[in-house]
Amino acid sequence: MQKALSKRKYVIVLIFYITGILFVMRLFYIQIIDRSYLLSANSNVLRHITQYPARGLIYDRKGKLMVYNEATYDLMVIPRQVKNIDTLELCRLVGIDLPTFRDRMKKIREYSVYRPSVFEKQISKEAYGFLEEKLYKYQGFYVQPRTLRKYGKPIAAHTMGYVGEVSPDICESDPYYKSGDYIGISGIEKSYEENLRGHKGAKIIMVDVFNREKGSFQDGKYDTIAEMGKNLYASLDMEIQEYGELLMTNKKGSIVAIEPSSGEILALVSSPTYDPNLLVGRVRSFNYNILAQDSLKPLFNRALQATYPPGSTFKLVHALVGLQEGVLNLQTRYGCSMGYSFGSVHVGCHAHGGPLDLIGSIAISCNAYYCNVFRTILDNSEFPNQAEGYRTWRNYVTSFGFGSRFDTDIPNVLSGFIPRNEYFDKYYGKNRWKFLTIISLAIGQGEILTTPLQLANLAATMANRGYYYTPHIIKAVGDLNHQQEKYREKHTVPISRQYFEMVVEGMYQVVEYGTAHYYKMDSIPICGKTGTAQNPHGKDHSIFIAFAPKDNPKIAISVIVENAGFGATWAAPIAFLMIEKYLKGSIAKKEVEERMINGNLMNVK
Amino acid sequence: MREERNIFRNIDWILVFLYLALVVIGWINIYAAVYNEQHGSILDFSQRYGKQMVWIITSIVIALILLMMDPKVFTAFSYFFYGISVLSLLVVLLIGKEVSGSKSWIDLGGFDLQPSEFAKIGVNLAVARYLSTLNIRMEDFRTKVNTFMLIGIPAILILFQDDTGSALVFSAFIFVLYREGLSGNVLIIGALVIVLFVVALMINKWIIISLLGVVAVVWFFLIKKNRRDVISLLGLFVLVAGFVYSVDFAFHNVLEDHQKQRINVLIGKETDLKGAGYNVNQSKIAIGSGRFFGKGFLEGTQTKYNFVPEQSTDFIFCTVGEEHGFVGSVIVIGLFVGLFVRLVNAAERQRSGFARIYGYGVASILFIHFLINIGMTIGLAPVIGIPLPFISYGGSSVFAFTILLFIFIRMDANRLQLV
Ligand SMILES: [Zn+2]
Repeated sequence: MQKALSKRKYVIVLIFYITGILFVMRLFYIQIIDRSYLLSANSNVLRHITQYPARGLIYDRKGKLMVYNEATYDLMVIPRQVKNIDTLELCRLVGIDLPTFRDRMKKIREYSVYRPSVFEKQISKEAYGFLEEKLYKYQGFYVQPRTLRKYGKPIAAHTMGYVGEVSPDICESDPYYKSGDYIGISGIEKSYEENLRGHKGAKIIMVDVFNREKGSFQDGKYDTIAEMGKNLYASLDMEIQEYGELLMTNKKGSIVAIEPSSGEILALVSSPTYDPNLLVGRVRSFNYNILAQDSLKPLFNRALQATYPPGSTFKLVHALVGLQEGVLNLQTRYGCSMGYSFGSVHVGCHAHGGPLDLIGSIAISCNAYYCNVFRTILDNSEFPNQAEGYRTWRNYVTSFGFGSRFDTDIPNVLSGFIPRNEYFDKYYGKNRWKFLTIISLAIGQGEILTTPLQLANLAATMANRGYYYTPHIIKAVGDLNHQQEKYREKHTVPISRQYFEMVVEGMYQVVEYGTAHYYKMDSIPICGKTGTAQNPHGKDHSIFIAFAPKDNPKIAISVIVENAGFGATWAAPIAFLMIEKYLKGSIAKKEVEERMINGNLMNVK
Repeated sequence: MREERNIFRNIDWILVFLYLALVVIGWINIYAAVYNEQHGSILDFSQRYGKQMVWIITSIVIALILLMMDPKVFTAFSYFFYGISVLSLLVVLLIGKEVSGSKSWIDLGGFDLQPSEFAKIGVNLAVARYLSTLNIRMEDFRTKVNTFMLIGIPAILILFQDDTGSALVFSAFIFVLYREGLSGNVLIIGALVIVLFVVALMINKWIIISLLGVVAVVWFFLIKKNRRDVISLLGLFVLVAGFVYSVDFAFHNVLEDHQKQRINVLIGKETDLKGAGYNVNQSKIAIGSGRFFGKGFLEGTQTKYNFVPEQSTDFIFCTVGEEHGFVGSVIVIGLFVGLFVRLVNAAERQRSGFARIYGYGVASILFIHFLINIGMTIGLAPVIGIPLPFISYGGSSVFAFTILLFIFIRMDANRLQLV
């Protein structure tokens, strides 16, 4: 009996072994075959925290801080980890109601239960202070520090551009960006995005079951440090930028000032403008919509994107081409009887003594004179016909940067328009157009269109007597001594320096006794040229370009005041004030300054 | 004197080695489970690993004392120990202190004694004594009743403490009784009952009963149709259908919500990962994330950061699985299975029935703990809070298991002596 029963040992031992084997098989399954437990474990304890680098700062040419960052906090949530929270209290802290909370959580859950999502962007400082203390009570929620742009002075909005959340399209095409990241959308913020954004870092931390941080994962082996964006050194001078915006108060138009010796833009004013701080953070889209609907188009950057006929300022170009082509010299004189007439065609001029020589024609801005100059350029016997003469003329014009886009660092620069022969061929028919057909070009009207930036560049080319550097807004990236090589290339106009000296003398006389003599300053020798852009929709636009001092110029400028009539009335004094402010630091004739600032041309049509 | 020397020579050192290995592994994993940077010293007695260290050392002293004792004491005082066990279980019902839902602790001033842990020893001694008595035969109905009484009384007292897990451990004696002559059908019926129980909960009772009816009808046409067979077939059908019905009834009307939930989670009817399923799910995550070699000592995150509940007591195996991976888990399982098999083999070589039955009892009790505890952590058994012998944190459990085992080792060392 006992003998038989002792055999039962084997049954019992077999049960022990089977249990052991079952356990081992089960362990093999959950530890080796099924990877989901590992993933769950990681999602339990590992929190991937993106380290957002601070965006690069932007300084002006004198090293004054223009754009910096301000800390802000996003409230993030990982839906899977949310448990047992006081929903009502959280709603109160964030300032939303319960249905909003539920609605948001539903949307976030639909996106992902495991991945962090922004629950509330840029929470208030009070909410942050409170949440920071109480966060342990809100499992699944945490606070992500971010930075927002801050502008010390409300200036240069168009140039700086703005930063906003990255669009889904960019998210998809550029792996660097994740939904919710910030990206430069316009201005410098856009063109220098790659420098400014820096490198995002990732930190993997471990959290315990109560969502408390427990240190870095594997001693930070997989962490990457966020690298701050590179600082930019703008060529802008905050002081005259601000002054230019002040002068343009209640006026439509633009001011572009360039340092001729480098092509660095000193001021880029487009008016009306707006406070760049309006387009920051959670108020951005609200304010953007208001600005976008404003009939005065404050978002429109006139300095780069408005195109105007250059008016009489273009006479400088005609004079230079004529001199270089040998159809004009210092002594060439043309008569003017209130304009230029040929058959049925008449180009008017204002009353002035005559006949004028070259210098006088610039100083007085005689239209008849330039109709003659333009005609002689096209009629040049070197060419078989006027169309070929025009082609040559056009080549000279484009060498000043007209008719094409500058390859520069400010986005959305327009090219303006200098018609090709083909344009006229198409418009009038081949060989169906000649000098008289396009005579308005002689006085800078008609089909040609230029941007304020191109006109400022013309002033800079005049100042340099024959060459220019591509106008640009950023002197250096990262380090002030690290000048951008790209903009050190000299663009030379194929016209001799001696001819430039002649035309510059004419510009000098514009201010000495000519069309702009009214605002003449004894302290600074200024060379300028007035212009009026004909406006078929209303009152003409006032244009003035200038550089100063005459020798060794430091500043070249173009000013356009829309609907302000003749160039000398508004554009010239504003240009003079800008020059004085830049070169002297202060203004001698306060009454002019005051009149300019207070002048309101907004409602003139 | 000769005898004294022989004791140490005759000790089953393999059993002692297995015991020490498990205790040390246990301590290491308790250290890892509660480790934090602030309390790094292994001798910090405010921490669980410090306390466990004290208990292990005390246990070894107790083991040495047991080895010095005359094994006749165990036989002679077995009913006495049983009496004390039952008494202490009564006392705990009166003056016990409630910890996490179970009223099973007596506060001894700094040390919380859990009489249910020690009761296993008393019951095992008493069962061994009773069944080894001359003229007691398992086949007798009286023997069966008395044995079930011996086991049932303490089990029911423990049930009254709301400590279902510890009460369930007494089912271990089914192996002992089987070895001593209880019909093998008991094991088979036991297994069938468990299967039917689970099936009854998973599938609608009427579907099962209809299926059983179909089986019965088919059977009816297959068997020789004599009257007795038909009656017993009919009886069997009624019995099984009744069982299914009553399981369903009991589940919905007797069990409390949290118990229902635990069972539902186990049979996969419910996947509430935040409620009842949370513990098991986190336990599986911890073990599963250990992969082949584990995350390394003190590198476990799920246990250390408290994702796993009770990580130093009932869920200590999670730390093993997470930090030492499949390799470490298999080693621990191997050590346990080795211990059980060694115990059964050692029990079989005993000359005295008392020692043999006691040895089977030790193996079976340890096995049931192992089965339920590890089964629970890897999601094969419901969440029933009982410790993993020698590994889990707890003074009462370490002392009780040490005493349980070393009484047998002492008797085994004496196996060559005449009784
Ligand atoms: Zn004239």
